[in-house]
Amino acid sequence: MATQITVPAAIRRPGRVAGVAMVLVIWLLGWALFRGRDTLTLAPSDTTWVHDRLNDFNDSLSASRNTNPLFLYFFNEIRLVIDHLVTGLQALISQPSFGRPLPLLGWLGVTAIATYVAGVFGNARVAVLTAAGFTMFGLQGLWQESMDTLALTLSALLVALLIGIPLGVWAGLSPRVNKIITPVLDFMQMMPAFVYLAPLTLLFLIGGASAVITTLIYAMPPAIRITGHAIRSVPATTVEATTSLGSTKTQELTKVLLPMARRTIVLGINQAMMAALSMVTIAALIGAPGLGQTVIRALQSLDVGLAFNAGLAIVIMAIVLDRVTTAASQRAELAGRHQGTGALDKIRRPLIIGGGVVTLICVYLSYTYLWAADFPAALGSLSLDLGSVIAKAGDSVSNWAQTNLAGFTGAFKDQVTSFVLDPVQNLLTQSPWWLVVAAILAISALVGGWRAAATSGACLAVILFTGLWADSMATLAMTLVATVLTIAIAVVVGVWMGRSARADGVIRPILDGAQTMPSFVYLVPFLALFAASRFTGIVAAVVFAVPIAIKLIADGIRGVSPTTVEAATAAGSNRWQLITKVQLPMARNSLVLATNQGMIFVLSMVVVAGLVGAGALGFDVVAGFAQDNLFGKGLAAGVAIVMLGIMLDRTTQAAARRTERPAGRH
Amino acid sequence: MTRSIGNPRLPGRRVRVALAAAVALALAGCGGAKVGGTSNGGSNAGASGQCGTVNLAVNPWVGYEADAAVYSYVAQNKLGCTVVKKDLKEQVSWQGFSTGEVDLILENWGHQDLAKKYITDQKVAVDLGQTGNKGIIGWYIPPWLAQAHPDITSWQNLNKYAADFKTSESGGKGQLLDGDPSYVTNDAALVKNLNLDFSVVQGGSETALIQSFRTAEAQKKFFLAYFYEPQWFFNEMKLVRVNLPAYKTGCDADPAKVACDYPPYDLNKVASVKFVDSGSPAAALAKAFNWTNEDQNTVSKYIAVDKMSDDDAAKKWVDANPDKVNAWLAGATASAAPSTS
Repeated sequence: MATQITVPAAIRRPGRVAGVAMVLVIWLLGWALFRGRDTLTLAPSDTTWVHDRLNDFNDSLSASRNTNPLFLYFFNEIRLVIDHLVTGLQALISQPSFGRPLPLLGWLGVTAIATYVAGVFGNARVAVLTAAGFTMFGLQGLWQESMDTLALTLSALLVALLIGIPLGVWAGLSPRVNKIITPVLDFMQMMPAFVYLAPLTLLFLIGGASAVITTLIYAMPPAIRITGHAIRSVPATTVEATTSLGSTKTQELTKVLLPMARRTIVLGINQAMMAALSMVTIAALIGAPGLGQTVIRALQSLDVGLAFNAGLAIVIMAIVLDRVTTAASQRAELAGRHQGTGALDKIRRPLIIGGGVVTLICVYLSYTYLWAADFPAALGSLSLDLGSVIAKAGDSVSNWAQTNLAGFTGAFKDQVTSFVLDPVQNLLTQSPWWLVVAAILAISALVGGWRAAATSGACLAVILFTGLWADSMATLAMTLVATVLTIAIAVVVGVWMGRSARADGVIRPILDGAQTMPSFVYLVPFLALFAASRFTGIVAAVVFAVPIAIKLIADGIRGVSPTTVEAATAAGSNRWQLITKVQLPMARNSLVLATNQGMIFVLSMVVVAGLVGAGALGFDVVAGFAQDNLFGKGLAAGVAIVMLGIMLDRTTQAAARRTERPAGRH
Repeated sequence: MTRSIGNPRLPGRRVRVALAAAVALALAGCGGAKVGGTSNGGSNAGASGQCGTVNLAVNPWVGYEADAAVYSYVAQNKLGCTVVKKDLKEQVSWQGFSTGEVDLILENWGHQDLAKKYITDQKVAVDLGQTGNKGIIGWYIPPWLAQAHPDITSWQNLNKYAADFKTSESGGKGQLLDGDPSYVTNDAALVKNLNLDFSVVQGGSETALIQSFRTAEAQKKFFLAYFYEPQWFFNEMKLVRVNLPAYKTGCDADPAKVACDYPPYDLNKVASVKFVDSGSPAAALAKAFNWTNEDQNTVSKYIAVDKMSDDDAAKKWVDANPDKVNAWLAGATASAAPSTS
């Protein structure tokens, strides 16, 4: 009988690491030998023929706007529908309408309705949170702006879900559709909004429609992806059971798949909402009213306090919407199992009716009386203006940080730049392009397999075609450094959060805040601490990417089975050994997923980095938005960013799948 | 079934009592001013008759905001117009001329390419003349540096101090920081053609420039950057200009060979052809609108440093300068021709 000899995975794995190391060594040699040749640099104000052709296309589009039938009958119709939706919502809650100096529903009415809806679809705790959040908008003196933002976000969400959920269901049912749709979704999520802002205003004019569509483009992909994932995750055995009982495809969809996927679909709605809120400041650049406008105006006079006040309102709105939709998804799941949710169940129906009546009264009051419509600035002699207090607090924290930390942070920036960032960037930008392409393909093949290498090759070819090779390599260097920093911080904090529930409770709201606070708010303090430099861009990117990475790693650590941990402790390992030899290795998949998501989130900050001195592709995109003759270059830079994103995403995902397989063989 | 499950009577009665109390409270506590009451009147109509709506583009810098604040205040309160302000960047504003959504740009810095596209080629916009503001672009240093090394204000001495201007971004040379890419710069060519040991670093935004000046002045650092007047920041810090070779007509014709200073810009106003042809008093006011750098800096200070609202800042300036405003209005009513004669 022949014995099968399988070489254990542990022995085979060093081959990959050694391979990557060898590629790096050869690359370094090549850099030393051929430094400075064939680097394909392009000056900041120069363009290539690709950019010029794109400019010509944009010009011809602009000239034909009033005659092209496509504009007159297709885009105009879409614009009219969306405009009506947005202006309708605004007339309801935020803008003066119907000859009145105030919207139909004042602060009392809107707060009452929101609380009621939160209570009915969520639970009592979330209803209280909603009431507190909405009242806070008024106290901050930002009621109208918050309602404008809410109107815009809800309109975008409505359209995103109307189109996204059916598409997601379709993608979930048909693998072919899924394969076609995924690159489109990648483009929609990774293409910087700055690139399509100006063309969008050309197609859909300046107004609510353009703002909604800008938000829509970023908010729809999560809804589609997560819905598809939800449909696909319904256990195959359940589906098989229903088909064997004789149900048709429609019955299968409506009676089995959708109900069982309901909780995850609500998670998709939640993520779409977060994505929509993150576009608030970008939409303000094409005139969308709301909190984004306040942030941008504050930035012109470097008013950190005012920007912070508006940013805080956005954070509060995000938290309220997030908790409400999460509670709604939990209620949906429990309702599916015919279970109650708590002590208030018995009196739920009378409470709903009672709450409805109180809400109607509040709506009537806010329609008629000034005190209930326009948030009062003072209650008797007690000033209700929390906004200026918050603004002053923000200003003092920022000034304190600038005066006391500037020396330390400046030195830190210089050290990291010269010892980490500059070497990586020089290696990528000063090597000849053919050497870099060969090296990246080799590393892709070693880490992710030949399919990942093929994707990398295609992406690099497109980058070469855009004519922005040197800038792309500079951005790649900054992305890599930022990702490494993100993961380093995420591992430390994530392990801590995963192991301690108390730490989790304290840190999680801070992470939510960091993720939803518009980055424009902390640009000024960062500029003061780190000067206008690439490092400032990296820090801004790290702040944005760290929360998701921390959450994923904490989730992974918590997912390590307690019995394993107990066994290891019983075998005598101390805390350090427990973390490094048991929990982290077993959470390896989460680590790779955290790297993947961290990288994507870092890439999405490339343009903001360009506003604070990072240069490279981010600056090219900003320049394209600002100058008409650089529009083509800006568009090409956006495409290059998407290509980098796809290349990094596919490679890390393929690496993740490969690290999973050996575990399966045990 | 026991009373504990689903006996709606008991909780229902409690809730109904609470409801009745709430209704009573609400009806008792309400009162006070009604929405749409007498106090919230519409805007008081001004002198002459029809003035419609003006779609005013507001570009994202404080100086423009000052222009827009004063113009809207006068148009709304003295002429009875409705001014719709749209916060847009320059490129989108000009694009608005062709889509009919923007009627007026109050402050334009050059932008010959956009002028060619929309004024010459598409013929949807027209130059409304100068605003009276002179745009002065150049290289500036923080005040402490000009005091400590007065010779640094001549470009010939820049190389002597180049090492002091070095940062982590400038690759071993001195740093010249550029800002918002909306402003066309000749800096790269200037550095090369004047043989300066400097390298241009793209700051990316005006915010980066202003914050860097603040930090440089506070920490006494060597700092050189592209900047411009009129700008609200000069109210806070009197930046000093570095003198490059004087401008002569035609010396910037070839962008690659520029070796002279930036010319002063005569900032102008641009309006859509439709708006001008309508004969609206707002269009005439726009044509007559004219003020100095000092005027704009004053209102900019009210907005950016004193944190007044646009309307308050405008009112303060208008009340202090009645003769200038009356001159505009005289020009406006004189040239607001009746549409049919």
